[in-house]
Amino acid sequence: MSPALQRLARLLALVPYLLARPGAPLAEVAGAFGISEDRLIDDLELLFVCGLPGHMPDDLIEATFDGGVVHIDNADTIARPLRLGTDEAVALLSGLRMLARLPGAADHEALDRALAKLERAAGDAAAATERIAVVAQGQAEVLAAARVALRESRALRLQYYVPGRDELTDRVVDPMRLLLLDSGAYLEAWCRLAEGVRLFRADRVHSIELLDTPAAVPAQARYRDLDEGLFQPAPQDRAVVLDLADSARWVAEHYPCERVEQHDGGLRVTLRTADSGWVVRLVLRLGAAARVLAPAEVAEEVTSRAQAALAAYQ
Amino acid sequence: MSSRDKTERLLNLTIALLATRRPLTRAELRRMVPGYPDSDEAFERMFERDKDDLREMGVPVETGATSALFDDELGYRIRSDAYALPEMSFTREEMAVLTLAAQAWAGAALAGPASSALLKLKAYAVETDEQALTGLTPRVGTHEPAFRPLWQAVRDARCVRFDYRKPDPPVTGTRTVEPWALVCRHGRWYVVGHDRDRGAARVFRLSRIDGPVTITGAAETERPAGADLAAMVAREAGPAESGVARLRLRVGAGAFLRRAATLRQAEQAGWDSLELPYGDLAALAADLASLGPDVVVVDPPRLREAVIGLLRGAAGVRP
Repeated sequence: MSPALQRLARLLALVPYLLARPGAPLAEVAGAFGISEDRLIDDLELLFVCGLPGHMPDDLIEATFDGGVVHIDNADTIARPLRLGTDEAVALLSGLRMLARLPGAADHEALDRALAKLERAAGDAAAATERIAVVAQGQAEVLAAARVALRESRALRLQYYVPGRDELTDRVVDPMRLLLLDSGAYLEAWCRLAEGVRLFRADRVHSIELLDTPAAVPAQARYRDLDEGLFQPAPQDRAVVLDLADSARWVAEHYPCERVEQHDGGLRVTLRTADSGWVVRLVLRLGAAARVLAPAEVAEEVTSRAQAALAAYQ
Repeated sequence: MSSRDKTERLLNLTIALLATRRPLTRAELRRMVPGYPDSDEAFERMFERDKDDLREMGVPVETGATSALFDDELGYRIRSDAYALPEMSFTREEMAVLTLAAQAWAGAALAGPASSALLKLKAYAVETDEQALTGLTPRVGTHEPAFRPLWQAVRDARCVRFDYRKPDPPVTGTRTVEPWALVCRHGRWYVVGHDRDRGAARVFRLSRIDGPVTITGAAETERPAGADLAAMVAREAGPAESGVARLRLRVGAGAFLRRAATLRQAEQAGWDSLELPYGDLAALAADLASLGPDVVVVDPPRLREAVIGLLRGAAGVRP
């Protein structure tokens, strides 16, 4: 959409929004619409030169922002928002249905009611047939306990499986947020054992216990930037080079790779990790679809573990 | 003409068309709405574009006869019930889950529509409770370049053409598909639709689409009513084979297996014996192979072979 149309769409949403909130502070409205206060004032100035044909003073929209609060009036024709477009309806419906498929992730009564209302609002076929569906995984018990802990700011005790070391660990964590990703659910928390922020995948949590101790997330704890990818290697981590056959391409989608090259019908990727045990297990599970090119000792470890395992079947 | 002038003119036009009870002629609209040029030709051109722009935005501009007696001149109007979102109200809790649903698209292909939809709904929800959302972050990723053109085709009922890679045996071929839906299953995107060359429904993984997706024209088939797309995708993702496995597991290893086991007993020194129901043989075989020499499959033979196959591959033994 051109800038002129984008702005029209915003104005048509702004008027009903403001009518529902008489006296809303400029800053709050600007924040909700993701624009600067100056831009918002410019929008309001545009509104009050528009109105019913004739454009006599009584016909025009009234918009004031004295003292930093916004009032709007005489805008009956556009008092209700424009119906949802297909993209809009599908974006919200698919998001709601993703949450509805994740037991424990959100308030299910509210979800069901919101879905029903939105389907009615969307009206046409957009509601009835699912055009975008997101099926994610989550463990109801883990998600529900994590939500309570976050809401009440309480610490959690986890029995957590670390696949890289094939080890069950016992730790107390201070929850920061629950990530409901299309690839699975994760708890981001300060781990008192590791003394750092860690991601815990819900399906690797063996048990979760709500503690009465208040959560104490240290000031230095930072959320990871999701746009940078879920797993962010540290610069001192070792580089591992893998050849992936076509069937193992998902590895490059799933883990952040420093380099990805097309190679022999598959991919050659370089990724960094602090945990070579993790790489060995990954390559073992991929069988002939992956091969370690470097470092040599990781490649040897894969071969020797595979041979030791095969010996048991001879 | 500035962009601001255009927004102003379109807003006045929208208001005029909403306020009228009978369709308005072009001549009437030209008089009512400020900002149209003097020349007839320039007016016609600009009015045509305005009308198209409004329709593109989803504003339902109707064409109709301006008089009940004569239908020689057409007029325009917008019916307010077709224009407006039906009146409803959202509670604080409902708004909280809607906000979450919109956040799921942050940074992804539908981020813009998700947030504009939410702003529209906020007109019907005075109270919103941002606190209720603390600590919950849903996120859908749409990194595949094929996502946008495919979504366009799904939305507008178009047919597309793309090159598709099949892994086993590795072949790339051109497919012509009328897509019905995009499905994300456990982090991977699939498109489901009618494959024209095969004359049947097919599922394609977006990450296996090579190069551009071209829209070739209108779709001709209808999506079958009641088609279970999620189930189709699940089948494509791997026809799951279920059963019960008997394993020997080294003490201290494979905690994730012990949790799901139905029977567990100590065997000889350092080893446990497990019975483990599974829903997906291939997935379990990969899990077991990842443990290397810490687990041995006793039964069933299909699982045993699958694990041995993976281990041979990892050891570099040629089949």
